[in-house]
Amino acid sequence: MSKNNKIHEPLFHIVKRGALPFWLSWLIRIIAIVASLIVCGVVTIILTGENPLNIYKTIIEGAIGSERRIWSLFQNVAILLCISLAVTPAFKMKFWNIGAEGQVLMGGLATAACMIYFGESLPSIVLFPVMIIASVVAGAIWAVIPAFFKANWNTNETLFTLMMNYIAMQIVSYFVYLHSNPVGSGKIGIINSTTQAGWLPKIGGKSYLINIIIVAVLTIGMYIYLKYNKHGYEISVVGESENTARYVGINVKKVIIRTMLLSGAVCGIAGLLLVAGTDHSVAKETVDGRGFTAIMVSWLAKFNPIYMILTSLLLVFLEKGASQISTDFGLNDSFSEILTGIIIFFIIGSEFFVNYSVKFRHKDKEANKK
Amino acid sequence: MIVAFIQRAIVQGIPLLFGSTGEIITEKAGHLNLGTAGVMYVGGISGVIGAFIYENSVETVNPVLAVIIPILTSVIGSLIMGLIYSFLTVTLRANQNVTGLALTTFGVGVGNFFGGSLIKLTNSDLPSIALSATSNCFKTQLPFADKLGWFGEIFLSYSFLAYFAVIIALLTSFFFNKTKAGLSLRAIGENPATADAAGINVSKYKYFATCTGSIIAGLGGLYYVMDYACGVWSNDGFGDRGWLAIALVIFAVWKPNLSIFGSILFGGLLVVHNYIPNLTMASQEIFKMTPYVVTILVLIIISMRRKRETQPPASLGLSYFREER
Repeated sequence: MSKNNKIHEPLFHIVKRGALPFWLSWLIRIIAIVASLIVCGVVTIILTGENPLNIYKTIIEGAIGSERRIWSLFQNVAILLCISLAVTPAFKMKFWNIGAEGQVLMGGLATAACMIYFGESLPSIVLFPVMIIASVVAGAIWAVIPAFFKANWNTNETLFTLMMNYIAMQIVSYFVYLHSNPVGSGKIGIINSTTQAGWLPKIGGKSYLINIIIVAVLTIGMYIYLKYNKHGYEISVVGESENTARYVGINVKKVIIRTMLLSGAVCGIAGLLLVAGTDHSVAKETVDGRGFTAIMVSWLAKFNPIYMILTSLLLVFLEKGASQISTDFGLNDSFSEILTGIIIFFIIGSEFFVNYSVKFRHKDKEANKK
Repeated sequence: MIVAFIQRAIVQGIPLLFGSTGEIITEKAGHLNLGTAGVMYVGGISGVIGAFIYENSVETVNPVLAVIIPILTSVIGSLIMGLIYSFLTVTLRANQNVTGLALTTFGVGVGNFFGGSLIKLTNSDLPSIALSATSNCFKTQLPFADKLGWFGEIFLSYSFLAYFAVIIALLTSFFFNKTKAGLSLRAIGENPATADAAGINVSKYKYFATCTGSIIAGLGGLYYVMDYACGVWSNDGFGDRGWLAIALVIFAVWKPNLSIFGSILFGGLLVVHNYIPNLTMASQEIFKMTPYVVTILVLIIISMRRKRETQPPASLGLSYFREER
């Protein structure tokens, strides 16, 4: 025993926590967000020399300063949320689909192709269903290719889906060069700008409202699918342990492929909303990294579609606010990426304190004495 | 023309070689660092910041200092990125994919932000960042390279950083196969619990691997700016090379010595469309996707063949917590 006593006990050690009460885990996260906002403020002060109150005021003004900005904020939240919803079932299954960027882009490309090829020949009552089917199928195909290989040969899906993004980008830029308008400009311009064929309709004069409504419906649908549907349950079991899933008789291959079809299909819809409902054009940069941001949104929300509304709102709010800072203070607009990065680092870090607790040496000794 | 093509391929390949060597070291410790793209941006811009401040603070540029200062600042920049990543994923056991993607967002943001605002922030009156003096020091070639004809052009016409990249790749290969520390590192990537039981300090090795990997990857960014881009920083100029470096890791089946050839091949695939006559702009875009298609094929083949030597490290992407077994 005396030997045991001589062993150097580390200063602290880490213990996995049991379930924390709901309010405490959120308190930790809120503290992390506040701390990250303070750090962001300090960074901004160092770079601009402006006083902090002004900076936060600018962020808020940039995000919700006018009616137009509020609409643009919500439209951006809708798109980001839609992509986040798409990646969520895959993540719950521990299938790291980081190919949302490419899946959305393929959906958008399919939409754009329908608008260009059929925009004049088909009446809109036929055109819209064709566009929807094309975008969903395109997104689903792009997602199911890696899923097929994962299910059959356990091919690394993270790297596979990542590579698929860049193939999608090159296909889009091929398409853009083929159809560039004016010819040779390397840009596709606004599709059907005079006839507006294939543009999603305005509701009550608000052009983005239909996007927001569609995504709201999708959010509720996804929540129900994951929480109250047998498929949702199978997804969580496969995510927790593939062996358990096999043992209870779940066909893991089928679940992987089915879930990725769904994931890709929703990505396709996001592409439809981006091209037909927002940009009315398509380019390599249409998705603009949102496929990656969506992963963070989904993960930060613990894969819960309702929380995702909040996390996507937070990220878009900051992005808009930070880009206002860069315009006001004459800085480069990549400033928002730095702030987003800092905030995500803090939130990622805070999860540690939700899941683990740190025990210090002397505390244990006191406990032993008792 | 073939000589010129090989030369361009190598110049294009070197940043990828740095990136993939760095990423291999990180992945061998079981960490899939998707932040490499961001790290390479930061490595590049930190070098630019160092060089910019140095060039503007002295009358005549001392060639030795002009090389050492950017390398030093670049190393510091990438080291900070590596520390952020390893603190979050090793100490705080955060999800590696999410952390990596956040690191990329952050790193690309830092690169473009300072690239676009450096002039304003330093109140300088220059129109753009063009570090030609520093770039010239970086591009110093061997004096006898141009006397040796095609041999000199293909093998000797590069700057010292290019040779450095090859040497690092070879050293890394040696490190993994012939040294005790390298074997321990590989053990951690395969099964950290076993390595821990064998008395290897898992966290220390993981930190070491991630930070070293970041520094090496960052040098790729530096090489790109100082050599390929002649000291001119352009936002998003570095493009998707960071992701291509990750692709190269798979292509080279986690072997640094193979990634030397892989990087040249990928570099060639990146520029091959310039050398094929009568290509339209559109079909050039199709050519640019070849490196990614090739990578996917390699990925599929290695997963189908299941040869043990060519598999990814077994615990790649999983964080290790001693009490969780």
